[in-house]
Amino acid sequence: MSTEVKLPLEEEQPLALRTPRADEAGVGEVAAEQTHGPRRILVLGATSGIAEACIRLWANRGDALYLVARNEDKLAVVAADARTRGASHIGSAVANLDDTNAHPEVLAHAINSLGGLDVAFLALGVLGEQPEAEKNFAAADQILHTNFVAPVSLLTWLANYAAQRHAGTLAVLSSVAGERGRKSNYVYGSSKAGLTAFVDGLRNRIDRDGVRVMTIKPGPVKTAMTEGMKGSGKFADVEAVAASLVKAIDRGDDVVYVPGIWRVIMAVIRAIPERVFKKMNL
Amino acid sequence: MPSSAELDFNAPQPTEAGDKPAGPPPFESWGRYPEYNAELKQLHWQGDYPRAIDGVHHGALAVGMGRSYGDVCLLKDGTLVQTTSMNRLLDFDPATGLLTAEAGITLAQILDFAVPRGYFLPVTPGTKYVTLGGAIANDIHGKNHHHAGTFGRHVTQFELVRSNGERMHCSPSSNPDYFGATIAGMGLTGVITWAQLRLKPIVSRMIDYQGIQFHGIDEFLDLTRQAENIEYTVSWVDVTSTGKNFCRGIFMQGDHSQVPAPLKVSGKPKLTFPVELPGFALNGATVGAFNSVFFNKQMKKRVSALQDYEPFFYPLDAVLKWNRMYGKRGLLQFQYAIPWEHAREGTIAVLQAVAKSGLASFLAVLKAFGDVPSPGMMSFPKPGITLALDFPIKPEKSFALFDRLAEMTNEFGGRLYPAKDARMTAAQFQAFYPQWEKFARYKDPALTSGFWERVVGGQMGVRGVGK
Repeated sequence: MSTEVKLPLEEEQPLALRTPRADEAGVGEVAAEQTHGPRRILVLGATSGIAEACIRLWANRGDALYLVARNEDKLAVVAADARTRGASHIGSAVANLDDTNAHPEVLAHAINSLGGLDVAFLALGVLGEQPEAEKNFAAADQILHTNFVAPVSLLTWLANYAAQRHAGTLAVLSSVAGERGRKSNYVYGSSKAGLTAFVDGLRNRIDRDGVRVMTIKPGPVKTAMTEGMKGSGKFADVEAVAASLVKAIDRGDDVVYVPGIWRVIMAVIRAIPERVFKKMNL
Repeated sequence: MPSSAELDFNAPQPTEAGDKPAGPPPFESWGRYPEYNAELKQLHWQGDYPRAIDGVHHGALAVGMGRSYGDVCLLKDGTLVQTTSMNRLLDFDPATGLLTAEAGITLAQILDFAVPRGYFLPVTPGTKYVTLGGAIANDIHGKNHHHAGTFGRHVTQFELVRSNGERMHCSPSSNPDYFGATIAGMGLTGVITWAQLRLKPIVSRMIDYQGIQFHGIDEFLDLTRQAENIEYTVSWVDVTSTGKNFCRGIFMQGDHSQVPAPLKVSGKPKLTFPVELPGFALNGATVGAFNSVFFNKQMKKRVSALQDYEPFFYPLDAVLKWNRMYGKRGLLQFQYAIPWEHAREGTIAVLQAVAKSGLASFLAVLKAFGDVPSPGMMSFPKPGITLALDFPIKPEKSFALFDRLAEMTNEFGGRLYPAKDARMTAAQFQAFYPQWEKFARYKDPALTSGFWERVVGGQMGVRGVGK
């Protein structure tokens, strides 16, 4: 849908937000990394390992945060951590984002609470159980719904909101697993492939409206989601991944591989001829 | 073309030189001795425990950074639940300095948060890479023991979760017996999920430092008396020298600078000890040479400087994994506290025994403990002298020396520190800590450790008691 109505640019309005606690106290340089005013950031799937690590960095520099997650106890400690670190505003909602009917209300609440929106970070997702999903469509359906359908619903609303205002960054966590299906996790991979295609297309549509749309493709990262996976001891450190993501989101990069080496690794993997690839154990 | 192994998304990334080959790495203590295999699980959320040990039949133990030296953080064939992912800040009051955080947060993470806000740890050990929970469980001490007492004295409250799922709020007024048993309780009374700590205000990162050379125990004792009003004191002592250089060392003292200065966050350490040195690298000759250089590096009798807190408190943290210096076999720590009554003669006797043995010890640290009591039932420090040594492990020689020093400690009415021990006998432990039987009443039946099995296990039959 398109509209001719142009709302005033919200980011030009002064923010009526608290300044970080450390500045009030007049000591320290807690907010030293911050190069602009506090950002209004909505995090969907706030208790995921990568999201939480980013939230800490945003909170450290005094950004305003609205956090959405399914589990109330987990959300409460993530929010407490962000508040303690100095987030200039903390709002939160317990919501199961699988329920797409609830999305407009959750998003409207979040934006009201933040007083606008600079960044929406979509980090919802499940790894699922590949062997189970091979036998049982309901398990595959669940993975596709949480990782693809629900983000599409959220992004449809957020894209229209941001495009009307000619502002904002929509940062979407996809995965390198979406670049080529392989037997060990092609259901998860296909959900992320769909998401990548959707986000790439959305960028093609609304980048010209002044909205940054980001496709983020992490390689394997050491988080609760990947615990117990073969080789997980050597996965990327989540704090390093978050540090590069926060910078990339500030810049509004189009496609981000974290760690960066995965851009090269995936180029190689995509180049393998299918007649070879299909015989490999990946 | 890359091999299929390189393309496996789940395959290990290229390994660092010196790392152990494939297979789940055993959780190691800092001394890398003893080496026990155990199942390692992560606690990400406070609600993950006790569910994480459902169905465990060989005992469990919460562990943090693995910076204790011996087997208090190990459990042979048991289940270790690591708390380091449970590291959130929960609350901070900038007016009072009361900080509440999950137990897996490290002191390094606390400092990164607190220093820019004008606060410092009330007590810190010689490494900042320990968890809050570990600092409580071992009731750690630091260079300001004679002023501030142990870490446990600055803990105002915490939550203790028992293996039956009971969540106990512990403070001096709420479940005070479990509060006292858990501080210095070696992780055996339950799992600490969060704790509250009272931080100390500072106006600068800097320490007003003085280093003073001394020769002999009496000069050390004189300097200790003169430094009564100085917050931090510790001495490095050369244990390889005999004759006129016997018990020479450098007395290091400092206070937080009172001159306001920028409170920046520390940089990250950039050096990692690259390889395991072969076992022969540390010997009497190399350590003696090091000690001579270290002693004479300070040319003057007395040196004053304004020093950043990082090198003052954590000189060894600048090199990550420095324990690799001791090679695969690892190192043995020895730390006693001998009460004032026998502190002088005991320290001389032990230092003589070490010098005579010819076994090298780089890191020999001497300090006077104060008389500030700890709330911890099993706390290690007591008023007197503490000496910490470490030796590369050479089975016959270093074990024999260690066992002899432990016996001397016992004879002088002292005791050893469980967090730094891998050798004390059951009889010695029970003589050092006669209150152990009272403590055992608060122990969680599902939890145990390599240490506890060694010094009590057979007697209590605790092993194999599942949930």
